[in-house]
This record gives sequence, structure tokens and C-alpha cells, in this order.
Amino acid sequence: MARPRRWCIQGALLTATTEAREDLPGAQARLSLPLGPRGFFSVLLAAFIVVALIHGGGHAFAQTTLNGLTSGAYFALGAVGLTFIYGSLRLINFAHGDFLTFGAYMGFLANVTLHLPLAVAALFAVTTTAALGVTTEKVMWRPMRSRRAGTFQVILMAVGLAFVLRYGIQFVAGPQLRALHVDATTSFKLPWGLTFGRTALFVAVASYLVLAGVGAMLRFSSLGKQMRALSDDLALAETTGIDTQRIILVIWIFAGGLAGLAGVLHACAIGSFDPNFGFVLILTLFASVVLGGIGSPYGALAGGVILGLVQEWSTLVIGPQWKIVVGFSVLMLVLLVRPEGVLARPRSL
Amino acid sequence: MSVLAVSFASFTHLEFWIGVGVLAAIYGIFSVGLQVNIGYTGIYNFGQVGFMAIGAYAMATLVVKARLSFWLALPLASGMAIVLGVALGLLGLRLRSHYFAIATISFAEITRYVIQDLKVTGGTAGMLGFETSWTRVATWMSARLHLAPKYYLAPLLIVSWIVFLCVVFGVRALLRTPWGRVLRGIREDEDAVRALGKNTLRFKVQSLALAAFLGSVAGYLLALDLNYLSPDAFTSDTTFIAYAMLVVAGLGSFVGILFGAVFIEVLLEGTRFINLPLADERVAALRFIIVGLVLILGMAFRPQGLLGKRDEMVLRD
Repeated sequence: MARPRRWCIQGALLTATTEAREDLPGAQARLSLPLGPRGFFSVLLAAFIVVALIHGGGHAFAQTTLNGLTSGAYFALGAVGLTFIYGSLRLINFAHGDFLTFGAYMGFLANVTLHLPLAVAALFAVTTTAALGVTTEKVMWRPMRSRRAGTFQVILMAVGLAFVLRYGIQFVAGPQLRALHVDATTSFKLPWGLTFGRTALFVAVASYLVLAGVGAMLRFSSLGKQMRALSDDLALAETTGIDTQRIILVIWIFAGGLAGLAGVLHACAIGSFDPNFGFVLILTLFASVVLGGIGSPYGALAGGVILGLVQEWSTLVIGPQWKIVVGFSVLMLVLLVRPEGVLARPRSL
Repeated sequence: MSVLAVSFASFTHLEFWIGVGVLAAIYGIFSVGLQVNIGYTGIYNFGQVGFMAIGAYAMATLVVKARLSFWLALPLASGMAIVLGVALGLLGLRLRSHYFAIATISFAEITRYVIQDLKVTGGTAGMLGFETSWTRVATWMSARLHLAPKYYLAPLLIVSWIVFLCVVFGVRALLRTPWGRVLRGIREDEDAVRALGKNTLRFKVQSLALAAFLGSVAGYLLALDLNYLSPDAFTSDTTFIAYAMLVVAGLGSFVGILFGAVFIEVLLEGTRFINLPLADERVAALRFIIVGLVLILGMAFRPQGLLGKRDEMVLRD
């Protein structure tokens, strides 16, 4: 299904447009879906919700919805940085999951080792993980870009960085399970017999406040607009006079900081963590990103929440051990039938 | 106080090095598949370990649960890996490279979790008792070669290295045929090859199917080496370690894999005889940090690989 293409007249813009087309995930892969892509996935989601409701009953459905909203929140926080990095730099940051791990361990260092309050620990994690992101940009990614490194080189370097971070953390902190000083047992009794853990509530409230702040910042502030412009098309953003080097650093601070926060919140919500959790989470983050349309920040925010909900609802239909498989299957499904994403407006090319 | 003591006791233990050699051959066969994909066709296969898991588990399940002959289970397991490779290729290879990388790694992870969650594959408890036919052959070989019982892995070493060498030189010869030249053409410029009237998707799917076949062979050799299958043996780390082997070997070099596989396996397994003044789990973490550094520094400074030829392999998108 070819969409109408918008051609730019000016030479520079035309070049940028052609480059963007090169990056289209699957120019040959466009399958025509009944009801259009959004309709198709909406019907699929609705059918899934109905099945989950019938299988699990209203009460269990409401409970899993609460759980899904919590996990979806930190998926969204992790995914938005990943999508920005891909959108602006065309870098699949395989190490992004390990940024979450790094954040969680930095939180652990402040909260447990140094006995600081959780809020301070979270702030510490955000700062250090943002610094980590900027460091990788300065030491690895910027030099590689100026050398015009190939895609494959950069992907393998990201994989290598993931190894160094994950096993570096394991080297320092050991492979055993760790936990932050949070109260993982007390829970609030809600009407209708629903329960919501005190920590989970804290995680959810904090995440959605941050998500709303991030969304508003991207929508209204000049910085947010420049970031979105870069994520949409770096070359085009450069021709409009945006200081791309500066914004790329801002994107790394943003991506790293949110990843660090997501790591701490995940550690709070789950209760315990080990050096592998971020790497295990990376495909779930990819799934959120791809669902939302890769490079689209709002898409990633929504994609993360939807994925969290779908994973939790799936436990009503099949066993909870299949939760991860469900997440990855969403990723495969979207990649195969609609690689440019479901939630975001398709890029006009 | 010696900081870096080498205990020659385990250094001279031949059976230890036999084990390292078996693993080098297995992961070498695995890497040859990746080399065909990434070095020769330019397709980003990050899910090779999925084919390895399918090869190992399909063979074990057919032998243990379906009571099939081991020798019949081998081609069936490979067939299954090839069918899945073709399916993944037909569905996924229309995607651009980045997306295909994500699709393949999620294929491998889905495979691992499905194996872990299904009853028929033994779940997290794993699987035992599929190697009796092989043990008979191994015993016969040991008897003919008059091997001491502690060298029980020697027959597998011989077989896996014969397979490895056949694979290295066989695939190298295969890629010098006109078929191999088309693959190289796709790596360099897919549009140009398409303009010559070649169905590039078909060639790319064939390349992936070949990698799937090699992955499955590595899979059942690994099953015979371990004697016990568990999903933990098939994490995506395996694929990434194999990429480190390719970085050492050089992209596009098959003979280099002989060296790369031995080098990385000696790093991962053979360094156990070096007594660092560190706890065991720290030493284990250190090994993987080195693998990560090999990937980062190799790709940053010598993208053609340590032993690769630059004129043959200037990396492109």
C-alpha cells in the first residue's frame, strides 16, 4: 500500500528525504491489512481484552490492569530513551537495558550502601546514568560517527558495551540478588477487593508524573521540539539550523536519566534484581519502541504502557511464565506486519 | 606473593584441553553460519543460538520422548531448524537490516522461553538420556584407539573437529561457486544484483537456511558434549560470543574461524588454570568483559577483523 509521497523541492531537503527513505524499515514489506493497520491492531487488542475478561473474570482483570499499568510505566520510561537514540543516531543501543541495570545498582549504592533516602537515591541513579550515556556518546558513538562507521560495526559495539556494562556490574557488585530499602509487603486495600502494593503505587505515581512531564516537555518546550526534530530526521534538523551536537548530548542525558529512573523503579516494583535484569528487559523495550513506531517518543510512551497491560492480561489466558513470550510475540507480529509501528503517525515519505 | 600463578597441574591435564577443544569446534561450526550470513551476504543474523537450541532440543525430544533412532533424529532436527530458518527469512528478510537484527534476536529468545515453558522439552528441569547411541560409538572408538577412560571426550573431539574442518572448507568452496558470488554481490550492493535479474530474497533465505543448518549441527554436538540440556545453555550471549570469534577471525575469512574459535574458547574456558587473586565469579565476569572489549575495540579499530583482509571486507551498510 504505497502512501502518497511528499516530495521536497529544495535540493538539500530532497537529499534528506531520500536518506530517510533508505531507513524505512521495510519498503517492500508493506502488507495490506484488513481495516487498515490501526483498525486491525485495535480489533486484535479488543478481542484479546474480551478473551482475557471472559477467562479471568472482572475482578482478576481489574487487578492485572493495575499491575500492567505499573510495569508499563517503567517500560515506557526505558523505551522513550531507546527510541530517541535510534531516531536521531540510527543506533540500536543494545546496551540500553544495561543502563537500567546501572541505574538500579547506582540506586542500590546510594540507598543501601550509603543509607540515603530512596528519593535521593533515585536522583543519584538518574544523574549517574545520564553521565554514563554522555560518556558513551563522547567516547564511542561520536568518534564512530565522524569516522562514518557502518551499521554493523555500531551494532556490534553496542553489544560489546552491553557485555562490558553487565559483567562490569557483576564484577563489582557480584551476581547475587539485591534489593533496595523499600517496603514490598504492605499493600492498600482498594474497593472490590483489589490490592495495590504501597511501593507499586509509589512507582506508578512517580512514573506517570514523569511520563506526563516528559510528554509536556517534548510537546511544548523548544528543547523538546528540537529533540523531536532530530529524532525525526537528523539531516533535516541540521539544515534548519538546530545545533545537533548539543541536542544529541541532551538526548543522551535524557535517555540515560530516564533509563536510570526506570531501573530504580523496576527494582522497587519487582523487589529484587541481579546484573542480568536489564538485558532481559531490552527486548521488551524494543517491543514498546517498535509498537509505537521506532523514533517516535509518544509512540514509545504509549507502546510501553500497552505492552505492560498486554503482558499482564495474558496471564489470565495462559500461564504467567508465558508473559515474556507474549511481549516478544507482539514485537515479532508488529515487525512482520507493520514494521513502521502501529501507534505513531506513519512518516510521510 | 605471586599475583598471577599458573598451576601447571591443570595445565597438563589433557582431558581439560580436550573439553576446550570440543567447545571450540562446536562454537566454530556455529560461527561459520554467522560468517555466511554477515560476512558473505550482509544479513544481520542475531538469532543463531535459536537454531542451535532447535537442533539440540529437537534431536533430544525425538530420541527421548518419541523414541526415535538417534541417527534419524539428527537429520530431522536439522530439517526443523532449516524450515524455521526459511520461515524466519521469508517473513523477516524483507525488513531493513536493523529491524531484521531485532527480529532474529527476538526469534532466538522466543525459542528459548518456549523450550523453557513447554513440558515436552523438560522445561527448566532440562533433558537427559538422549546420547546412548552416541555413547556406543564413542566406546567403540575409545576401544579402537586404546584411550584411557578419563579421555572419554576424545571421540567427540575427533568427530567435532572433523565436522568443523569439513564445514569450514566445504562452505568456503561453496561460496566460491556462482551461488556464493551472488551472495557476495548482495552484500556489496543488493539493488545491483536485483537489477541483474536475481531474486535476492531467495538467495538471502538460502543463506539463512545454511546458517540454520550449521546452527543445528552445533546444537546436537553441544548436546552430546553436555549430556544434559537446559535452556540456560542457549542464551543470546552465545550468539554474541560467536560474533567475538568472527571479530578475531576476520569477516569473510573461514580459515580465520579455526583460529578465532580456539582463541575465544581458550579465553573463556582455558584460562581456568590461571589463578588470579579474585573470587571465581569475578573471574567469570572478567572473561565476559574481555569478550565485550574484543567486540568494541575490534569494531572500532579493525572492522575487517584481526585476521581479515581490508580490501575484501570494507564494511558497508
